[in-house]
Amino acid sequence: MDYFLTEEQLMIRDLAAQIAREKILPVRAELDEREEFPSEVMKSLADSDMFGLYIPEEYGGMGGGVLENCIAIEQLSRACIAVSVSFAASGLGAYPILLYGNEKQKEQTLPRVASGKSLAAFGLTEANAGSDAGGIQTTAVKDGDSYILNGTKQWITNGGEADIYTVIAMTDRSRGARGASAFIVEKGTPGFGFGKKEKKMGIRASATRELVFEDCRIPAGNLLGREGLGFIITMKTLDKSRPGIAAQGVGLAQGAIDEAAVYAKTRIQFGKPISSQQAIQHMLADMTTQTEAARSLLYSVCKYVDGNPKSISKEAAMVKLFATDTAMRVTTDAVQVMGGYGYMREYPVEKMMRDAKILQIYEGTNQIQRNVIGLELIKEYTGKKEPIAVG
Amino acid sequence: MNIVVCIKQVPDVADVRINPETNTLIRDGVPSIVNPFDMYAIEEGIRLREKHGGKVTVLTMGPPQAQAALREAVSMGADEAVLVSDREFAGSDTLATSYTLAMAIRKIDSVDLVVCGKQAIDGDTAQVGPGIAENLKWGFAAYVRKIDGVDDGAILLERLMDDGYDRLAVRLPALITVIKEINTPRLPSLKGKMRAKKLEIPTWSADDIAADPERIGLKGSPTWVSKIFTPQFREKGEMIEGEPQVQVDKLVTEIINMKVV
Repeated sequence: MDYFLTEEQLMIRDLAAQIAREKILPVRAELDEREEFPSEVMKSLADSDMFGLYIPEEYGGMGGGVLENCIAIEQLSRACIAVSVSFAASGLGAYPILLYGNEKQKEQTLPRVASGKSLAAFGLTEANAGSDAGGIQTTAVKDGDSYILNGTKQWITNGGEADIYTVIAMTDRSRGARGASAFIVEKGTPGFGFGKKEKKMGIRASATRELVFEDCRIPAGNLLGREGLGFIITMKTLDKSRPGIAAQGVGLAQGAIDEAAVYAKTRIQFGKPISSQQAIQHMLADMTTQTEAARSLLYSVCKYVDGNPKSISKEAAMVKLFATDTAMRVTTDAVQVMGGYGYMREYPVEKMMRDAKILQIYEGTNQIQRNVIGLELIKEYTGKKEPIAVG
Repeated sequence: MNIVVCIKQVPDVADVRINPETNTLIRDGVPSIVNPFDMYAIEEGIRLREKHGGKVTVLTMGPPQAQAALREAVSMGADEAVLVSDREFAGSDTLATSYTLAMAIRKIDSVDLVVCGKQAIDGDTAQVGPGIAENLKWGFAAYVRKIDGVDDGAILLERLMDDGYDRLAVRLPALITVIKEINTPRLPSLKGKMRAKKLEIPTWSADDIAADPERIGLKGSPTWVSKIFTPQFREKGEMIEGEPQVQVDKLVTEIINMKVV
């Protein structure tokens, strides 16, 4: 389908597709098998200016928005979402700085992120604080011109690989979520270390590690916004990054359709290709319809988000929810279409199905997305008496 | 260092079919690409500039649509591009092409090095690179697999030979043709693509490069293609198996039976 993208957006799409085809596809199975971080691909993406798509030109970026970034993520995800999450997580780490950083903080970090010389990462989740961000136990205590961080972040994408971390820590535990603050922490800061690389079901090439802070002293100037803004910064960041997870879902689903459709045309059973069986055709038809619907919602939400409306929470949650549930269903069906071959590691769809599961979990589980949507919906209808309001 | 990279736009061989009646290439609807060997030349030119400064000008002779090949080189990082295009150039063989490109290179300011791919995948002659050097009266090295550096007005390099390789110092200005082993061509960058889209590419005519009308196009091309044909498909031969002595016996018996000796 034609989404009437601009010439520049088509350029981004085509270049990202070229990188997916030439640099990711040939190595994805090996990266998965060896659980190896895709450093070479990250370098290709950096050399192609992809890391700066959503960063303003004054900081060395391309000056695009969420849509440009999502177009690239979608194409990369067609080949491998372990690679595309390593790419996208750098954006997740950079968004808090882009949204709430002061001029000095932006100048010190964003050009490095935009050029791809440094990866960024976002440190929110802890062992006892997943969906409930208010339960964060990492602390930041002001001490003169410094903050001293203590605590452990868990399951941090790009942990150990990134140079720039935005970390959420409690500056006032008595205030709960309102006592959280956001900080920039550079790799190499004394007292800041990493745990072992986690062994995962899918997206195995991506790096997921603990961030360990032991009396880690950082300059007070690394505080983003002001004390107590941590929770709001987190929510606004996730609003911006969730369409990126949806883009992963759309790309992954498309990648699975690509595999299943080609296979169905060549697999002969009962004397003819299985693609001539209605049972298979209907599965492929549903897969492709659902994926196109997810893509339509994705591009619409991206355009809406890039218009800078007041609130994007509901829309960002809707597209994340819909596209990732779609990816799970479509990848599962791709394995089904390919039968025993699909289940074998020789073919890529079993990896796609394993990979898809995380999309329903990270950046807010799909249950949390429904909470967000439900809450926003109730807010919208609060005080409304007429069932159909005019205007 | 001022570098000129000569490239050619060729049909994508992966898609080429042959008309069985006329035995000629079917070019309709076949996408055009930058000659794959020239991609190594573009990459090497850009690497030399990154190391030694200067600029890379990419040059091609061809119809107006050959601009697309130049823009691809610019999207990878070439600084400037020149298209040499004129109806007078039509029908050029390798001799006329070499002369024409050499005249264009003369028009470009103080060139230190010309880099070409080892050959084009459509003609496969490998003559144009060395031909340009002859026209310019410059030294050249073909089949370069590695550049060790530029030192004291000379380029130090390794040239692949049938039985090993030569290490040479070639005085500048010079021309080299490069082979696949020399590098891995980079992908374009977004900034490069945007620059390539906007870049004004000058088109130089035969007059612009002060070409001798007798030496260009059909007039300047002594090569005469009398016939193009698809070679007959050869069936797989019979393999003679066994110990060497047994094989020889079988072979001799076959030859005698064929009554060729």
